[in-house]
Amino acid sequence: MTPAARRWVFFAGIAGLAAFYLWGLSGLPGFGRYPGPYGFVINHLAVAQTNATGVVSAVNFEYRGFDTVGEEFILFAAVAGVAVVLRHLRGEREKPALDEAADRDVPATSEAVRVVALLFTGPVVLIGWWLASHAQANPSGGFQGGVVLATAFVLLYLSGEFLVFRRLSPVAVTDAVEAVGAGGFVGIGLAAVAMGLPYLKNYLPLGTVPGAVSSSGTIALISFFVGLEVAAAFVLVVSELLDQTLLIRRGGS
Amino acid sequence: MSALATASVHAPSAVLMDALQVTLLLLVAAAATAVVLIRVPVRQVLVLSVYGLLLALLFLVFQAPDVTLSELTVGSVLLPVVILLTLAKVRKQEE
Repeated sequence: MTPAARRWVFFAGIAGLAAFYLWGLSGLPGFGRYPGPYGFVINHLAVAQTNATGVVSAVNFEYRGFDTVGEEFILFAAVAGVAVVLRHLRGEREKPALDEAADRDVPATSEAVRVVALLFTGPVVLIGWWLASHAQANPSGGFQGGVVLATAFVLLYLSGEFLVFRRLSPVAVTDAVEAVGAGGFVGIGLAAVAMGLPYLKNYLPLGTVPGAVSSSGTIALISFFVGLEVAAAFVLVVSELLDQTLLIRRGGS
Repeated sequence: MSALATASVHAPSAVLMDALQVTLLLLVAAAATAVVLIRVPVRQVLVLSVYGLLLALLFLVFQAPDVTLSELTVGSVLLPVVILLTLAKVRKQEE
């Protein structure tokens, strides 16, 4: 096919795509218009039924809790996949980090980066913990909290404390925390089954004050376990990748 | 033009909100285009991080604070970190 003919095929394709795209756009509901009844029903009932003022969390960890279990295991499986792909292979050996190698002149981490990273580590841990433990009160939750907690470990690494990073997140511990987080979610659901209730039914006392830390029964507890799972999952991914930067393959490929 | 006409009948705060939403939509579009057009991976990662931040702000002004938190943490922090680490690994292999 000549370049000119190829260009015409491209133009025909893009014209068809544009036509279908515009056709699709013209059929969309108006901007900001919500037709379905489901959201209104949830907004009406959620606080009264669950005592959680973070209605998003109530939806995620209760009304569609089973979907969230599935999503959590997508992350779990993805991280397991990363760990398998990045495992140490025969013939690979560790070599000191580039910036530790004697034959290379790499500028040290600047004091500014180190100070800022260290300054932020504490507050970031606090914010992550707060997000993961207050899903019942505000639109946060275990996922966001867990990711923020994981970034605290990245900050530790940025501050040049690579050995602290290694000591605080040995793979065995991270693996265990991730498993406890994922298993805890499933276990809370199975406990309901053991009591003769539907899977993931909220069986804990809901508390008296909506949105209080002690309110919302299993929603807060599930959010906590999701936080553990997500934090460990991302720390694991980051430390696997860090390990990779220290590895060389025999034969110099 | 008709969008402007309907906006003017709203309260001033609603007009401000519309302006904010339109501004952020344009900024997100610009940042997304920049991410695609930049060819140097390390710079691309930095712009990707800014794009994540803008997208998080967009979700915030469209009243989805939970999605904002997720996008902020994943899009503007963790994704760039993971890509940077991968780049470090790849570069080292090339040496």
